Amino acid sequence: MYRRDLVLIYLSTFTCLFLASGFTASANADSYKEESARFVAEMFDHATPQLNALWLSPPMRSGLSDILGHAPRSLRIKYHHAADRTLWIFDEIGKVKPITIGVFIEAGKISTIRVLKFRESRGWEIKYSFFTDQFQRIGLTQQMQLTAPIDGITGATLSVAAMKRVAKAALFLDHSRNKIATTTPTVPVSNQMSQN
Amino acid sequence: MKFLCTAAVCCLFNLATLPASASQDLSTPSISEIWKLVQAQQLEIEKLQNALAEANKTAEIAEERLDSTVDYVELISRNDFTEPSSSASNRTSVGGYGELHYNNIDTSGLDKNSSQADFHRFVLFFEHAFSDNWQFYSEFELEHALSKDTADGTNSGEVELEQAFLQRALNDNHYVRSGVFLLPIGTLNETHEPPAFYGVERNDVENIIIPGTWWEAGLGIGGHYSNGLSWDFAAHTGLETPVSGSDAFRVRSGRQKVSQANADNLAYTLRGSYTGIQGLALSASLHHQSDISQFSGDGLGSANLLTLNGSYIWDAFSLKALWSQWNMQGALVKASGADKQTGWYVEPAWTFRVDQKLAGIYARYEDLDAARERDKFDQWEIGLNYWPSDNIVFKMDFRKRSHDGGPEMGRDFKAVDLGLGYNF
Repeated sequence: MYRRDLVLIYLSTFTCLFLASGFTASANADSYKEESARFVAEMFDHATPQLNALWLSPPMRSGLSDILGHAPRSLRIKYHHAADRTLWIFDEIGKVKPITIGVFIEAGKISTIRVLKFRESRGWEIKYSFFTDQFQRIGLTQQMQLTAPIDGITGATLSVAAMKRVAKAALFLDHSRNKIATTTPTVPVSNQMSQN
Repeated sequence: MKFLCTAAVCCLFNLATLPASASQDLSTPSISEIWKLVQAQQLEIEKLQNALAEANKTAEIAEERLDSTVDYVELISRNDFTEPSSSASNRTSVGGYGELHYNNIDTSGLDKNSSQADFHRFVLFFEHAFSDNWQFYSEFELEHALSKDTADGTNSGEVELEQAFLQRALNDNHYVRSGVFLLPIGTLNETHEPPAFYGVERNDVENIIIPGTWWEAGLGIGGHYSNGLSWDFAAHTGLETPVSGSDAFRVRSGRQKVSQANADNLAYTLRGSYTGIQGLALSASLHHQSDISQFSGDGLGSANLLTLNGSYIWDAFSLKALWSQWNMQGALVKASGADKQTGWYVEPAWTFRVDQKLAGIYARYEDLDAARERDKFDQWEIGLNYWPSDNIVFKMDFRKRSHDGGPEMGRDFKAVDLGLGYNF
């Protein structure tokens, strides 16, 4: 009896590994940079937006820390923009590994939020539109809360929380950028790195 | 003499005409003088323009150098294993969770009253990305804060390797994994970080009927799709459930924890899930053991565990329910009446904000009919979770358990539980 089981599992293992090794590179997930570039092109309708850097002042760093629950890992945040539209890309940890999430904001409200690279072993549900659609047209209150509730997913609690933090952070930075833009011009950056 | 007179006249003439000539030069420079002046100024302008261009160039270089420096500082200051050039150490992630419990239990049998504090679980995750597609996941746990050598091999705590598997991403939607992993059954077995569930203690159905945390060694494969459907299948080691003694047919006592596990008879788990409607999650899993005792002819043979669970989250309200049942084959287990072991629970909850921080109240009703008399009971539970941040939770609850055998067994109880938990 057990030998039949063992033969079955060995055969299954080798079959799966054969299938795994047989998948071509093109079938593999695109790198997050390719996904990010595609997201930027799609959101700005294939026009070339300006890539700027928003240096984090002490109040901005403090506000971002409150939202994320940890200090931001960079001195400045790079973002794309054209008119009143901005696009932000974050790496935020769900359970253990960073999830790369892009947020496109129009006139202070989220237009699109998308997972550009998911690396966790669970919580994949946040990748799909049946979850991300509920972020559309959501803004940020003065108390740093989203203007509408987000229904979670059982079993994906940590990934959902990570995406909500990123949504708040992007809206906060968009608002901070608008305040700065009225007084000081932001400085365009020279390279085309889109990852913060 | 004549020469001297002529010179003197000329000097006088010059002296007479000099003031008039000087005043004319100061008020109206000549064209040649203006031309010289313009040329000098043009040279000065060109010098200034060159200096400005040099300054702009220097500023651009400084800006580029600053960008490069900040890029580099940010790269080395974070675990950016997304970069192909990252070192091996940057591709390794560490996480974890923990929970401290206080239980005050007031039983109907006075001798079983208890009041105790316990750091129930201290867990560390170590994960490593060998490449974009090959990942390693592990979970290392210390239970009950202490593990020590004792003469009879018993002590209050355990050190456990609950997960250690390699996973290959076939593409964005499919994976294959091999090693020690958590079985895809129920709501808590795979996701049990304290901030992710209500109640100081985990629900009893997913402790007694589904013996969570339940991990086995084997091979798993699965996929998920944009319509919300997903599936997981695993072939793995199984339980070695006792057929005699006080724990006879108790599935939780059959966990081998992949410690020199008897692998004579393997087991299989299949799960299908649907999350395609916002807030809704439905799942069904079927687990089959070819021989749940690992020994043939002992009166306990094959077994199936069917589990159905669902949850719906709508705004601040959520509802979760789970039903699970074992069906075991074998003359001995049927004679003992433990061939069917069933449990279910339902849990409504409502969240609200306190000073911008999230809090939630919940109620839970559980009904269990398992192998041991002490595992046949129903239980009411109400409680409160408070999350000062996403990854920290404080909990309190009240439980009331009534056994099917009646209070005379002395195991009915009322309990107050306090707890804190975190994950990172």
